Amino acid sequence: MQDVRDALYVGHRSDGTLTRRPMSPHLQVYRFRLSMFLSIANRAAGVAATVGSALGICWISAAAKGPKSFAKVQKVTGHPLGKIALAGWALALVYHFVAGIRHLIWDSGARFDKKKINEDGPIAAGVTVGVTLALVLSILGVAACRSKKRAS
Amino acid sequence: MSTSHKPHITVMRSQLSRARGLGSGKSGVAHWWAERMSAVALVPLSGWFVIQVFRLAGASQPEVAQWGGRPVNATMMMALVILTFYHTQLGLQVIIDDYVHGKAHVPASLLMKSVIFLLGVFGAISVLKLALVATRGRIAAN
Repeated sequence: MQDVRDALYVGHRSDGTLTRRPMSPHLQVYRFRLSMFLSIANRAAGVAATVGSALGICWISAAAKGPKSFAKVQKVTGHPLGKIALAGWALALVYHFVAGIRHLIWDSGARFDKKKINEDGPIAAGVTVGVTLALVLSILGVAACRSKKRAS
Repeated sequence: MSTSHKPHITVMRSQLSRARGLGSGKSGVAHWWAERMSAVALVPLSGWFVIQVFRLAGASQPEVAQWGGRPVNATMMMALVILTFYHTQLGLQVIIDDYVHGKAHVPASLLMKSVIFLLGVFGAISVLKLALVATRGRIAAN
């Protein structure tokens, strides 16, 4: 026996053949790869999307409470810092969505090897940035148009 | 730890002995499956939500209340709130399982589930209030 930990790293596939179980990445010894960043970013985006969803609940509850509460929320969403927070929420949601789709594809068995995962990573990052920018800019544009129309 | 050799069992332990204490083999995929299925359900709901954000960007409170008073919007919004916080709770549970060990694990899980549950109920009540108050206003106007 080489190492006692080997015992727990050997598992069975559903067809009965032996396989080595995957190990968690050790950040101290692994060279940085995009895939490891995209993996932890998905988790971080999930947490950020949770925080954003709590803010979204504040928005809809203010709308349910009445015009006064809604005016308070509009003050937050109209402020530059509020806009940055909303853009951050959009980025988190879009990335969590994209990474989630990739997970569903992997679950189906497709695109699930090192070469293909490394090919898809930059595409996922590009799609995330592009979709987020397009969404945030167009939503801010629509909001600005609507409030200008109401003012005139 | 050797990494290059083909996997083989070198320890003289039975499969049963190795599996003992690692948990039930019967409900192992329930959490994983619930996470995937709620994710799949959230795909069309998210698409619907993005369209609604365009409809409501810069809207005033009466406009939002009118939007929320339509039964279809209230239904979709309620489904979105329930599934979002169900999926959230599943995901945060995995994070707590990964990073919180020992005695703190159960309290941390319960605290997280309580907060997420209350947020979800708060959202659901808000959606209901928008839906029902708008209906009452319309009846009063008739």
